[in-house]
Amino acid sequence: MGLQRINMPQLGESVTEGTISTWLVKEGDTIDKYDAIAEVMTDKVNAEVPSSYSGVIKELIAKEGETIEVGQLMCYIEIEGAEEPVSGDSDQSNETSKEKSAEKNQQSMKNRYSPAVMRIAQENDVDLSQLTGSGKGGRITRKDVEKAVEEKNFEPDDVVDTVVETPTEAEQPELEEFTPPIIRRKPVKVNPGDREIPVTGLRKTIAQNMVRSKTEIPHAWMMIEVDVTNLVAYRNAEKVKFKENEGYNLSYFAFFLNAVAKALKKYPELNSCWAGDKIIQRKDINLSIAVAHGHELYVPVIKNVDEKSIKGIAKEIHQLSRKARTGNLTKDDMEGGTFTVNNTGSFGSVESMGVINYPQSAILQVESIVKRPVIIDNMFAARDMVNLCLSLDHRVLDGVICGAFMSHVKAILENISSDTTPIY
Amino acid sequence: MDKVILSNEEQLEMYEEMLLARRIDERMWLLNRSGNIPFVVSCQGQEVMQVAASAALDKNADYILPYYRDLGVVLHFGMTVKEVFLQAYAKAEDPNSGGRQMPGHFGQKKNRIVTGSSPVTTQVPHAAGIALAAKMEGKSLVSFVTMGEGSTNQGDFHEGLNFAGVHKLPAIFMVENNKYAISVPLHKQVACENIADRAIGYGIHGVKVDGNDAHAVYQAVKEARERALNGDGPTLIEAVSYRLTPHSSDDDDMTYRTKEEVDQQKSIDGLLQYRDKLISDGILTQEKEKEMEEKIKQVINEATEYAEKAPSADPGTLGDYVYGKEGQ
Amino acid sequence: MAVLNYIQAITQALKEEMERDGKVFVLGEDVGPRGGVFRATDGLYEQFGEARVLDTPLAESAIAGVGIGAAMYGMRPVAEMQFADFIMPAVNQIISEAAKIRYRSNNDWSCPITIRAPYGGGVHGGLYHSQSIEAIFANQPGLKVVMPSSPYDVKGLLKSSIRDEDPVLFLEHKRAYRLLKEEVPEEDYTIPIGKASVKREGNDVTVITYGLCVHFAKQAAEKLEQEGISTEILDLRTVYPLDQEAIIQAASKTGKVLLITEDNKEGSIIGEVAAIISEHCLFDLDAPIKRLAAPDVPAMPFASPLEKAFMMNADKIEGAIRELAEF
Repeated sequence: MGLQRINMPQLGESVTEGTISTWLVKEGDTIDKYDAIAEVMTDKVNAEVPSSYSGVIKELIAKEGETIEVGQLMCYIEIEGAEEPVSGDSDQSNETSKEKSAEKNQQSMKNRYSPAVMRIAQENDVDLSQLTGSGKGGRITRKDVEKAVEEKNFEPDDVVDTVVETPTEAEQPELEEFTPPIIRRKPVKVNPGDREIPVTGLRKTIAQNMVRSKTEIPHAWMMIEVDVTNLVAYRNAEKVKFKENEGYNLSYFAFFLNAVAKALKKYPELNSCWAGDKIIQRKDINLSIAVAHGHELYVPVIKNVDEKSIKGIAKEIHQLSRKARTGNLTKDDMEGGTFTVNNTGSFGSVESMGVINYPQSAILQVESIVKRPVIIDNMFAARDMVNLCLSLDHRVLDGVICGAFMSHVKAILENISSDTTPIY
Repeated sequence: MDKVILSNEEQLEMYEEMLLARRIDERMWLLNRSGNIPFVVSCQGQEVMQVAASAALDKNADYILPYYRDLGVVLHFGMTVKEVFLQAYAKAEDPNSGGRQMPGHFGQKKNRIVTGSSPVTTQVPHAAGIALAAKMEGKSLVSFVTMGEGSTNQGDFHEGLNFAGVHKLPAIFMVENNKYAISVPLHKQVACENIADRAIGYGIHGVKVDGNDAHAVYQAVKEARERALNGDGPTLIEAVSYRLTPHSSDDDDMTYRTKEEVDQQKSIDGLLQYRDKLISDGILTQEKEKEMEEKIKQVINEATEYAEKAPSADPGTLGDYVYGKEGQ
Repeated sequence: MAVLNYIQAITQALKEEMERDGKVFVLGEDVGPRGGVFRATDGLYEQFGEARVLDTPLAESAIAGVGIGAAMYGMRPVAEMQFADFIMPAVNQIISEAAKIRYRSNNDWSCPITIRAPYGGGVHGGLYHSQSIEAIFANQPGLKVVMPSSPYDVKGLLKSSIRDEDPVLFLEHKRAYRLLKEEVPEEDYTIPIGKASVKREGNDVTVITYGLCVHFAKQAAEKLEQEGISTEILDLRTVYPLDQEAIIQAASKTGKVLLITEDNKEGSIIGEVAAIISEHCLFDLDAPIKRLAAPDVPAMPFASPLEKAFMMNADKIEGAIRELAEF
């Protein structure tokens, strides 16, 4: 007696998986070779899968409704006699005919210079006869001569400042490739009358980014409440005049962005991203803001917010929203964000947990400003209160630094006045 | 030509060959569904016309250019059951291609089964070429080429039949009209009533027969062969039946036709009709039938086992036979 | 030895092969009593009769396909496409069938057919009587593509093609038909397929080309000789599969390589030649490999100034060789 596996067959040329719709046998059943054991559904065909052996069904491994890959185990069958793996294949696929590498110490190529080597040597006055080649047959490679040039140019008295220049977007070291775990998506049944909407374009991109963020980044959350009574009074006093002069609204959001930028300046740890073997702290404070238009979500970026006045920020919010509404946002408008501030309050939300805008390390949700009774000096007072919710990448940040950051944001916001925060 | 009378032995032989083709095909599906062979393309529903037509040819002289469903034709022309399974398993010993081509792509020179490809209808001009060569050499043989009805829309169908018509070549063009080109039903393929009517355009003889009627097919091919050898040119035969399986193991026919339609056709399956006729004529007995089935099952079991265990093609042979010895 | 032009050499090869082997026959449009629109089959109908000099219906796929069937049976058909430009309906037959028959049948069947087609421009043929089509067929293992450059070569290579065990696409430059004349032996001789030939020895610049461009290259080389520029000319003769050894040798000899084709530049035969050279000759090269080809426009236009601008000629080649010599 021997135990044999029955695996998911490949039912169709391009098919990679199959779903067991119904088991036609149960454990303990005695079956003949070619008896049907299960109904299987694939992208191309629905078929009954026959057994390749006669014997007794020992164990059903795959469940009904389960989708399994071609070649994966469906069930075990106990067969008479010694099992003899049936395969006449002479497995020669591994027989890679590796060429014998030439003798390492051979120097036959020592004096063969490629055009690239010759050019670099000439331009940098390198004596090639003095170099040792690392290539086959002792050939001097382009890298060998480049290295020689580098060594030649290094002068000990020429001490260079160790200022690390901000790498531009293109030069940034590649992030460690993250492979999300394979998700076995169960087929979803469609009922009559249901509408099927293909996932394309922006929706697909959002979905991918969100999955990536939520599966890779260990999120942690924190919320503080801020008394913005002063801010509300200040803004209400200025808003009519501002609208008349500038032609657009003086939004609360501009003040929040201003406060966040200031706090980020003080706590640059939050203005950073995870890069596998290191954390990259950004020099620029570029705030991504979420702008909804219809059913679509755009995340344009206001650059260098720390260098801008309230008016400057309000103006950019206005311009980016208008661009989003008219579908004129450019790739440039959407790139370079280092931290995200999300205006969830505009929908009336008072508490939310944001998903970090990958690969940034934190996102701040500004909730709705609501009047609430607050006890001040043992007396009830009606105050304008707002919740700020922070989601953070716990690989990069900890509670201590984020707490400090949030306290600082709170302090700035609670002390807003025409003195501390001029509009122009 | 007078109506041909087939002897009891001839009829039994034909029936056994049809049944063999059917049982091989059924085994192929089981092997495919159990993950043992990658692909099946079926003859089911067309065995009667295939075997009857082949029986009317000279299997020791004529050239055949089968299409991918013609299991019945190649069996009659000498391909063994073992060889058919070697092809299904794509083993080195497969005489059709040594495991290079998909199943159903027949070819075996010693039996004058001409090698074919996947783009349909390319074999039709080849059949004209073979008939031309035979005529030039004064040989008493015909080329017999088959295709599905979908193929009659291809340029090569027109070019081949026209050429054969102009040069009065000893060729027989048999269209196995199974009503479907994969999923496209006959009325979406052609606007004419009969495929056989297309013969008029080539100035050749055209005839339509019931493909489930073994004797009608036999008679039509016999007459076509006589016509060809008499120098009266080619014949276009349309033999009508029904494809009882999906197009291939990769197809789900329930997406374009109904189970009721298929079941209805299964009830008038030519193979069953012929069996019933043989029984009512007293040629086939239940006992004889049982004997036949058992013999076939044994042959198929042996062939399956042999092919399963046969060695695969050696990757070292990948570069062989791109050119002949003198070449390269 | 008689002086023959290019097309007379073709006719002579066909006649001699048909006399030698009863299995050789020709088929195509107007090849019978008319003797071909270019007169390549002139006199064959009279000598061999209707059975072996077959006028076919106007249907290129059938010309190729019927020929393929006859070849599989054991005949030696020589099928003629009236113009290479008209070969397109037969591409399926040539590429899917002829080229693959031996391989797909694991050497059980073979297809010894020769398909002749006049290609090339400079004859006021416009878009559809001037094309170079070799690149389409030059990545089909199983098929051989031969493009002779002279009357002597065309006779020897056509005989080899007819005797070859595999399908051969035999492309004849129609401008060469009556332009090129030379002494051609009356006796039987063959030239091996797959072997390039050095048409001129030189040591400053190597020109690698094929077909009519060999003639233009020779003219340019003769002129430059007087200036002291010495040119080596390698005639590929077979453009698929290529004679790698000869290419490597010729390129290494001078280290300055000019590749010429009448075809459009991108995706042409000479791109493959350049790849072979760059794979094997890095340390022998003395200049970047240079390609001289037709512009990347769909085909050669009809109007004379446009045709002239498209077409290869000795002057264009002379300039390119000089530039390389001076590098």
